Amino acid sequence: MREKVAYGLVALAAIILAVNFYRIMLVLPDDAMQGPIYRIIYFHVPAAITAFTGFFVALILSAWYLSSGNMAADSLAASVTEVSLVFAVLNLVTGSIWAHVIWGVWWTWDARLTSMLVCVLIYAGYLMLRQAIDEPTRRARLAAALSIFGFADVVIVWKSIEWFRTNHPQPVLSVRTGGGHMDPRMEAALYINLLALLLFAAALTIVRARQESTAREIDSLRRYANAY
Amino acid sequence: MPDAIAPDAITIDRLWKFYGDYPALRNLSLTLAEGRCCALLGRNGAGKTTLLRILAGLSPFQRGDVHMFGNTPRSEDARRQLGFLGHGIGVYEDLSARENLLFFARISYVGDASQVCDTWLERVDLARVANMPVRQFSRGMRQRLALARTFLNEPKTLLLDEPFTSLDDRAIAMLSELLTEARRRGATIVLSTHQLREALAIASDVALLENGRLRYAGERTAEMLDDPGFLYRTHTELGAA
Amino acid sequence: MRLVKQALAVARKDLSVELRTKESLNSAGAFAIVILLLFSFAFDPDAEMAQELSGGLLWLVFAFAGALVFNRGFARELPNECLDALLASSVSSAGLVLGKAIASVGILLIIELLSLFVFGIFYNKQWWAHPAELAAVFVLASWGICIVGAVFGALTVNLRLRELMLPVIIYPLLLPLLMAAIELTNRLLANQKIGDSDWLWARVLIVFDVVFTALSMLLAEPILVN
Repeated sequence: MREKVAYGLVALAAIILAVNFYRIMLVLPDDAMQGPIYRIIYFHVPAAITAFTGFFVALILSAWYLSSGNMAADSLAASVTEVSLVFAVLNLVTGSIWAHVIWGVWWTWDARLTSMLVCVLIYAGYLMLRQAIDEPTRRARLAAALSIFGFADVVIVWKSIEWFRTNHPQPVLSVRTGGGHMDPRMEAALYINLLALLLFAAALTIVRARQESTAREIDSLRRYANAY
Repeated sequence: MPDAIAPDAITIDRLWKFYGDYPALRNLSLTLAEGRCCALLGRNGAGKTTLLRILAGLSPFQRGDVHMFGNTPRSEDARRQLGFLGHGIGVYEDLSARENLLFFARISYVGDASQVCDTWLERVDLARVANMPVRQFSRGMRQRLALARTFLNEPKTLLLDEPFTSLDDRAIAMLSELLTEARRRGATIVLSTHQLREALAIASDVALLENGRLRYAGERTAEMLDDPGFLYRTHTELGAA
Repeated sequence: MRLVKQALAVARKDLSVELRTKESLNSAGAFAIVILLLFSFAFDPDAEMAQELSGGLLWLVFAFAGALVFNRGFARELPNECLDALLASSVSSAGLVLGKAIASVGILLIIELLSLFVFGIFYNKQWWAHPAELAAVFVLASWGICIVGAVFGALTVNLRLRELMLPVIIYPLLLPLLMAAIELTNRLLANQKIGDSDWLWARVLIVFDVVFTALSMLLAEPILVN
């Protein structure tokens, strides 16, 4: 059943991406200032939003685990964090490519890229911590605590680095600027891509969560075997 | 097991402890009235240490209820009246015997800490070396200091994990005396052990664990004292083989 | 408040041990001086650029030397299973974490003062121009480092690779704090006037300290009792 849902989500995401890709590449015009490379925004920004949505969901799941002790919450939290980390890295890579084309540098220490890098490091630490603990209940507790600290830090990091001077393009989405620097058609395409990425992320999370529960089952079987 | 007159000191109701999906303790229910002394028996890996750690508030559990005089193990009320002796002696190598006891006395809100510590140092025969760092102590001396630390705050509940293991004869005598005295002042004791004779001699009750399950719980009878292995043979699956 | 009293008792115990053995003080102090020396090769101490980087330099030294301090925090409870004895006693988990943080801050501030002194000599810098403000920055930032160090020290205390994992997990989390400390220290050492942007950074320091101290108190119990 779970596999069907996952496949369904992937299929839906693929269709949306394919259709949207056509629009992005062939229908929508170039950006006035940046030329064709700007189209990377259709992946760069949704990847960031997907990553942060994931980290926030992980925060909720972690808090839920700590209050309920439900191991499913832990499996989901770990999975969603891992998947979000992938999208965060995707954001960094697309950002780097974009920077190289526009400004000629592979990396720029501007606010948003730096904040995202810090987030990647924090959640990479989360995954490393999970790796280091064998016992599933302890792993769940400690990882949940780190997830909560991590997200609190992400918020602080984000706000404080924003106060630095930035050569990152300023917010262009109308939700942030209350009007918009972006052509509404382009904005729509961006949101559609976001939907596709979120669906894809959900599918990956389901698959990964299944792996986590299976691993836990194997762990308990091993303990049964050793007890006799 | 429950005494109609004395209130229940320790109540464990359908306790389950999981490591991931694996149940280390299964559906364990046990009550111990105040003033009783329970010898917790079982092979290695049966769950004795796990159970003691849960009672001491050192380990969480996933299902069921555990109460010490009506308080949860982790509550401050429960811990204030608790004396716990685990596998480690729980004293700091770099502090002197006196400083160790003073520290534990202070955090346990023992009144007139200085006086109490000096009394205990006398009691466990460490008064002469009170100001020597524990690092320089012999093994026997450390064990006696550990006993002082455990009994320092005159706890109402004592949880001891294999306390007789690796004690020299002087320390065993001291521990037996301390336990008897504790029982006399109405303390409730749970001690896990492999040293059946010493433990069964002091115990009023016996609980036998096997693979996380409670196989037997009841009063300690004279037969058990005569033939300690009897319990294992009659109540465990492995013993019956 | 009982929490603070318990914390102070724990801190007092840690500091007594530390003053007797001087483990952390010696190792972290020596490490700090070595790093300052190494940096003097990496950046020419006379160059104006190096002068501008002094805040960053100092806080890197403190962050790295600090790791030696807060690494010891809960690790010192491992021999003889003292951590179990502590957790089974009346001390609350929050009090324990707070106490460790207080002890670490005490030690770290001594190291920082020593480093500042040596830095002033190596880099020929007068750092005592704004003593009150500098002290405030140092105390706030050091508290942030130590409370995070304490709570994550508790989290990693039983892990195999504790000494490796602790810095790896902590440094990304400390980034906003270190940034703020670096900015403010730079301004104060360069003897410039405190401007609006500096108040922003001061606010980051305070918010960080408040948020992380609160979270540490709240999560101390699930972290230590597992």
